[in-house]
Amino acid sequence: MLKEPVVSPLSGHFGPFGGRYIPETLMTAVDELTAAYLQVRDDAAFQQQLAELHRSYTGRPTALTFAARLSAECGGAQIWLKREDLAHTGAHKINNALGQGLLAQRMGKRRIIAETGAGQHGVATAAVCALLGMECVVYMGTEDMARQQPNVFRMRLLGAEVRGVDTGARTLKDAVNEAMRDWVTNPDSYYLLGSALGPHPYPLMVRDFQSVIGREARAQILAATGRLPDLIIACVGGGSNAIGMFYPFLDDADVELRGVEAGGHGVATGMHAARFAGGRLGIFQGTRSYVLQDTNGQIATTHSISAGLDYAAVGPEHAWLHDEERASYVDATDDDALAAFQTLCRTEGIIPALESSHAVAEAIRLAPTMNKDQIILVNLSGRGDKDIFTVAKTLGVEI
Amino acid sequence: MSSRIAATFARLAEEGRCALMPFLSVGYPERDSVLELAPALIRGGADLLEIGMPFSDPLADGATIQRTTEIALRNGITPTDCLETIKALRASGVEVPLLLMGYINPMFQYGIERFVAAAAAAGADGFIVPDLPPEEADEFHAATKQHGLDLVFLLAPTSTDERIRQVAELSSGFVYCVALKGVTGARSELASDLGAFLERVRQATDLPRAVGFGISRPEHVAQVARMAEGAICASALLDYIGSLEPSARVAGAETFVRELREAADAA
Repeated sequence: MLKEPVVSPLSGHFGPFGGRYIPETLMTAVDELTAAYLQVRDDAAFQQQLAELHRSYTGRPTALTFAARLSAECGGAQIWLKREDLAHTGAHKINNALGQGLLAQRMGKRRIIAETGAGQHGVATAAVCALLGMECVVYMGTEDMARQQPNVFRMRLLGAEVRGVDTGARTLKDAVNEAMRDWVTNPDSYYLLGSALGPHPYPLMVRDFQSVIGREARAQILAATGRLPDLIIACVGGGSNAIGMFYPFLDDADVELRGVEAGGHGVATGMHAARFAGGRLGIFQGTRSYVLQDTNGQIATTHSISAGLDYAAVGPEHAWLHDEERASYVDATDDDALAAFQTLCRTEGIIPALESSHAVAEAIRLAPTMNKDQIILVNLSGRGDKDIFTVAKTLGVEI
Repeated sequence: MSSRIAATFARLAEEGRCALMPFLSVGYPERDSVLELAPALIRGGADLLEIGMPFSDPLADGATIQRTTEIALRNGITPTDCLETIKALRASGVEVPLLLMGYINPMFQYGIERFVAAAAAAGADGFIVPDLPPEEADEFHAATKQHGLDLVFLLAPTSTDERIRQVAELSSGFVYCVALKGVTGARSELASDLGAFLERVRQATDLPRAVGFGISRPEHVAQVARMAEGAICASALLDYIGSLEPSARVAGAETFVRELREAADAA
């Protein structure tokens, strides 16, 4: 079980992971953010305001769906889906964006900076900024803009300024670099980081805001089945949907937790984003965790069919759960994810995000090895409408 | 024990001069350019040199150093090459203090203690690591102490007075004062509040204050020379070197630094 003295999330360390590796110019801003967050963390009025907006705006609680036809087709364990795809703006990202947006408003901030990979965090942040009347600048790699065009247009409709990033591989890590450069230049702006990554307090704060997923799911599965699941599966890019789902179950020792990374073309090809299989301990973009890199410590270029999993580092709390053996991490390839995407569409009438399809793929793989009394809970972190162009292209279909 | 860096600042203080500290990226523009450029900068009047190690994701740097490090990486530069560069400069008779400037991850992968030991053996005098605040620097700090090298921390206009005191206490050699809110890169003017920031640093520490980020022109160096003990020039110098024909780079770099030197000494 977790050893509390070693885990000190309040200081930003999860065992040997986490911390604050950032330029001095940002230290004061990050200190202020930490103090402001720790204050609202225990503030009943703030938490009530957030919960009320989640009810009236996000559409929480999101449903828990028993995937009867998928379960029957797999043969074996019952597969249940936590439907974050039904949250406003189409993914779990709104949970964090709304929480941090309210915090930014409390701190008197007027200008919000964000990075985005798949575009889901960018859309969620743009929506929250529109809701709260704040200026919004979103950095996005031009490679990601090309494969997620609908989300670029959504962000612009919602009033955000989308700035294309043309450096490096032109994906998420490059967008984070540019967002950090903006923040260094404008330390009075609020950086609304989208995953459980980066310097303290982000991994802690984002996990807290996403934990609504696991809290709801725990109550819902107990109400529906009278018991806890045997296995929980979530996809892991930075890892915010996974940590939000896992966290409320950490003390339930009989619940197995499994994260699924992007296997891309296969770990052996080097074209993937499987940090646990192919990375090692490193320091990147503010935090110490498992990082894909070369022998000289240069950050590796990653690949995944899903922009949201296409990132070189994993959140520090996942690194900690991995090393403590509380959670296990595997990968699913592009092909696995694509097959799962189609299977879920066909069996359940649900179009999952390509990111979430990685988790569905692992459920499809494991369900037949388990018995009918056992329960797999999958976090369906987002909907796949944004991905239909990528899927069509991969399948050779013109739309 | 006084380090070579501290001794250099002490000597310049006695002479009433501001230290001039230009920056070069190892592997820019060509793989071995630093071996020719560094002596030229010293001939032009550099008192200390910053030797930049390339990193794939330089998040504190602006467009110029992003580009120079990208070229350096394309030229195959590794941390070992940077240590070899220091060694070669020492072998060729370079005596000014040499500081390695780079992001933490390549040093971390090399092994902090091992890297500091190798840098000491190569003839380096200190380190500047922009993404390593003192809070995360225990191991690095212990290693530099053990090997008698300086670990220079950065201070920014956003640093509170209390933080300035704490950071300066841990810094050795000098404190690196970031002249503006922002990333590295040439600018047309210095920030208007630079003097007030430098005065806050002065109140907190007796360490020399070297000012970097945006110091681009002789008039900037002259202004800094009136307010601080050192001026650092990086992006503007690299922009200029990059704009020259290969055959004109060494002479051009020397002239560029000489103009900064004259401005500093006239201030």
